Amino acid sequence: MRAEASTGGGFNLAGEMVSGREQMQVVVVGHVDHGKSTLIGRLMTDLGTLPESKIEQVREYCERNSRPFEFAFLLDALKDEQSQGITIETARCFCRTAHRDYIINDAPGHIEFLKNMVTGASRAEAAMLLIDVHEGVQENSRRHGYLVSMLGIRQVAILLNKMDLVNFSQSVFQAIRAEYQAFLENLGVHPTSFIPISARDGVNLVSRSHLTTWYEGPTVSQQMDAFRKESLDWRRPLRMPVQDIYKFTEELDARRIIAGSIDTGTVSVGDEVVFYPSGKTSRVRSIEAFNSSPRRRETAGRAVGLTLEPQIYLTPGELMCRSGETGPGLATRFRANLFWLGKSPMLPGKRYKLKIGSARRPVELVQVQNVIDAGDLSSVRGKQQIDRHDVAECVLETGKPVAFDCVAVLERTSRFVIIDGYEIAGCGTVLQPIEVGASLLSEQVDHRERSWQKGSVRFEDRAARNGHTGKFIVVAGARESGMREVARRLEARLFAAGCQSYYLSIENLFDLSAPEANEPVTRQEHLERLGELAHLMTDSGLLFITALEGLDDHEVERLRIQNHPYQLFLITVGPTQLERAIPEAALEPGSDPGKTVEMVFERLLSSGLLPEYQI
Amino acid sequence: MTEPSSPQELGVQDPASLDKLEQLEAKSIHILREAYREFKGLCMLWSIGKDSTVLVWLARKAFFGHVPFPLIHIDTGFKIPEMIEYRDECARRWKLNLIVGQNQVALESRQTFPDGTLNRLACCRALKSEALKHTLSGEWQRRHFNHATASFETRTGGAPFTGVIVGVRADEEGSRSKERYFSPRDENSDWDLDDQPPEVWNFFKTDFAPGTHVRIHPLLDWTEINIWEYIEREQIPVSPLYFDGGNGRRYRSLGCYPCTKPIESLSRTVSEIIAELKSGQLAGIAERAGREQDKDDRGTLEILRREGYM
Repeated sequence: MRAEASTGGGFNLAGEMVSGREQMQVVVVGHVDHGKSTLIGRLMTDLGTLPESKIEQVREYCERNSRPFEFAFLLDALKDEQSQGITIETARCFCRTAHRDYIINDAPGHIEFLKNMVTGASRAEAAMLLIDVHEGVQENSRRHGYLVSMLGIRQVAILLNKMDLVNFSQSVFQAIRAEYQAFLENLGVHPTSFIPISARDGVNLVSRSHLTTWYEGPTVSQQMDAFRKESLDWRRPLRMPVQDIYKFTEELDARRIIAGSIDTGTVSVGDEVVFYPSGKTSRVRSIEAFNSSPRRRETAGRAVGLTLEPQIYLTPGELMCRSGETGPGLATRFRANLFWLGKSPMLPGKRYKLKIGSARRPVELVQVQNVIDAGDLSSVRGKQQIDRHDVAECVLETGKPVAFDCVAVLERTSRFVIIDGYEIAGCGTVLQPIEVGASLLSEQVDHRERSWQKGSVRFEDRAARNGHTGKFIVVAGARESGMREVARRLEARLFAAGCQSYYLSIENLFDLSAPEANEPVTRQEHLERLGELAHLMTDSGLLFITALEGLDDHEVERLRIQNHPYQLFLITVGPTQLERAIPEAALEPGSDPGKTVEMVFERLLSSGLLPEYQI
Repeated sequence: MTEPSSPQELGVQDPASLDKLEQLEAKSIHILREAYREFKGLCMLWSIGKDSTVLVWLARKAFFGHVPFPLIHIDTGFKIPEMIEYRDECARRWKLNLIVGQNQVALESRQTFPDGTLNRLACCRALKSEALKHTLSGEWQRRHFNHATASFETRTGGAPFTGVIVGVRADEEGSRSKERYFSPRDENSDWDLDDQPPEVWNFFKTDFAPGTHVRIHPLLDWTEINIWEYIEREQIPVSPLYFDGGNGRRYRSLGCYPCTKPIESLSRTVSEIIAELKSGQLAGIAERAGREQDKDDRGTLEILRREGYM
C-alpha cells in the first residue's frame, strides 16, 4: 500500500523529502460527515507519512476512551474537535509521494465554518472535493464547487466517497458524476477526474482496488501527482504592489528601497516603471538583496526590493508596472464578484475598508446587481444588501482611484478583501471598471443641496453685510513648511481688514498628521467631516481657513466638490504632492511670513475672490 | 494585453521554477514585511533554536541586512549555557536589538520544576508563559543589550508589544497545524481557536481593536527539513548544540537542560543532519520527543498554547 513500495527505492519512509523537490498545497473540501478527515488520515497512513508512534498514540487514546480507532482522529488532534466529531478549523498536514511533497489543507465542511474553508482553499493550488455517494450532491457540495472556482483554483478532482455503502456500484457513481459535472460545467469548472473511493478502507487512495474493476481512472495519489504546478505568470505584464518603502538611515544605510512581492511579470535593472494610481514613472536603478549575489532581473513569485533613479515620492499601496506593457485598470467604481463572510450583512452607504494589492481604501457598496444562490446557482434579484454566505455581483466605489486588473485579464491583481470594523468580512475579484459620470460624493452633495432646509437669511445678504462672500481657504504644505503660521496670520490680516475670518487648527478635531499611516479610512473620514464643516462655515459667510498636511489631488478635488456651490481657495507653501490641482497662490517656504501673507491678501483681492471687499 | 515573448527571446530561463525553499522564503518575507508595515509595537520572539534563528535570518533578508524590531528572548534561567553564549554572539555580530525577559520572582523563590516545587507543566507556565506575557506587556523589567558597552541594561516601564512574530511551524504538532499566519490573541493572550479570522489569498487580518494583540507566524508552511536545508543553503550559523561534539549525542530541539535530552546521533554538520533526517534513522521519533514537558499529557502543549505560550 505504501507509495514508495510501488515506486521502488530511492525514497525513504521517514525521511523527508529530497532537496529541490516540488511542494504543492492541496485542499480537501466537502460537506460535513462526507469523510474529509478520514480521507486525509488514511491517505497519510497509506503514504507512510505518519510516524508509527503517532498512529500508536491515537490507537492508545481510542482504547483509553473506549472508541473505535478512526483515521480521522489522526487529524483531529485537538480535544474539542474530537468531542464534536466535526472539523472546525483548517488543519495542515504534510505528506509526500515519490513525485513531490504536499501540504494538505483539511477544510471544514460545516456551513458555520465556511470562513475556515475559504482560508484553507485560498492557499491551495488544487482541490479535492469529496462527495458522500450515500447522501449524494448536497447544497454545500455545490456551494463548495462555486467557492473553489471563485477562489481561483482551476484544478479540481471529485472524490466520490463511501462507495462501500453502495456496493461499489458503477451506476450510482455514474449518476452522481453526471449530476455534479453538469453543475460544475455551468461554473466553468472542468474536473480533472471523478474517483470512486472508500476512504475508510483505503480503496483507490494509493493503490487500485479490485472492488472497482470498472474504474480505469487514476487513484487519489496518482491524481495528486498529475496536478500541475500553478505556473507563475512571469510572461504576463509586470505587477508588483508596493508593500513598503524602506530607509534605514539610523543604521547608516542610505538606500531608499521599494519593497514588494511580484505577482506577475519580470522586472530588470534599467526598466522604466510606472506606479499606479499616481502615474509616476522612474527607472529601476538596482535590485537589492541580502546574502546573495546582485540580481539583474526578478520574476513573479519573489519578494524583492529595488532602488529607483530618479528617486520619486511614493507611498505604500501603489501598483508598480512596466512602461510599454499593458497597464492596469484605474477607477473609483467597479463591478465585482463578492463572497460575504461577515456576521453582519454588507449594506449600501456604510463605510468599509478595501484591501486590493497593497492598497487600502475606503469603499462603499453602491449597488447589489445580483445575488447568486451558490446552492443551485439561481439568481435573487432586487436584494438591497449582501447577507452572510451570499455570493453577489455588485458595484463598489472607493473615494480615490484604485489600480487593479479585471479577473479575466490578470487574476491575482483582481483579488480583494473587504474589512468590516476589524474583520475580513468579504472577498472577491474585480470584473470590470465602471466609467462614472458622477461620483458617489457628487451624488451625495447634489442630494444635500436639494434637500437642505435653508434659513431665512440669504447667502447674498450675508455677503453684502460682510463685504465678502464666504470662502473655504486651504493652506497646503509639508509639516515643517510654516503653512500653519501662514494660515494664522492670514486670519489676523483678513480680520484686521474687517473680514469675517476664522482659522481652525485641524488638530483640534482629528489627527490628520500622517498621510502615510495605514489608516486611509480614518484620514478620508476626517477630511469628509472637515469638508462638511467647511461647507457650513462657508455657507454662514465666513472666510474659513485651515492648514492641511500631505494633501493630494483627489483630496483637494473632494473638498471642492463638498464645498459646492461655494469656492475653495487653495494656497500651497513649498513643495507638495499636488500635480493637477492648481493653487491660487503658491508660496515659498521660509520667506518673511508678514510679506507672504500680504501677497496672499493681494491675490485674494486681485483674483476677484473678495469682490465686495472695500478698503 | 502584450503577447508574451518566448523565453529565448527574453533571454531568461523559465523563472517559474522557483524551488521550494525560494517559495517558502518569498512567502515568509512577504509576511514579515506585512507585519512591519501594519504594527507599531512589533517584536520577534527568539528562542535561540534553529527555527527562530532562521526567522531572524529571514528578517535580515526582508529588510536588507537590518532587523528593524526588537528580538525578545525569554530566559528561564535553566537554558543550556551554550545557548546564551550563542545568543549574545549573534546579537553582537548582527547588531540585534535584543531584549531578555525572565520570571525572577519564581526563580528567587525557587518555585520551579528543577527545585522540586512545581511539576513540568506548572514550571513551563511560570518560567515561559508568565515571563513572556509580562515581558511583552512591559509590566516586568526587561534587560536590553547595549551594543556600545556589550552588556545588558535593565529597564522598566517599557511600552507593550502588540505584534509578536513567532517561529512556529505547522508540522510540529496538532494545534500548530491550525494556526493562522496572523493570529489574534485577546487581552489575556488567549487563543480563540474556534473563531479564527479568515485569511484569503495574501490578505491577512491586520486590523485590531485596542487591547488585542496578534501573533505572526511566517514559518507556518516550513517543515523541520526545510529549516535545515535553508540553514545549509544560506550558511546560517546555528547553535553548536545541534551537532555531535564527539560523544555521539546531539540536541534535535533546544530547551531547558532539566527537561531536554539529546538524541543519539553522529551528525556533526548541517548536511549530516539532513542526511540523517532523510535516512529514516529518526523515523517514528517526533522532533520534540526530547522535550519532556510534551509527554505528561497529550494536550500539554495545546494547554500552554491556549494560555499564550509561543
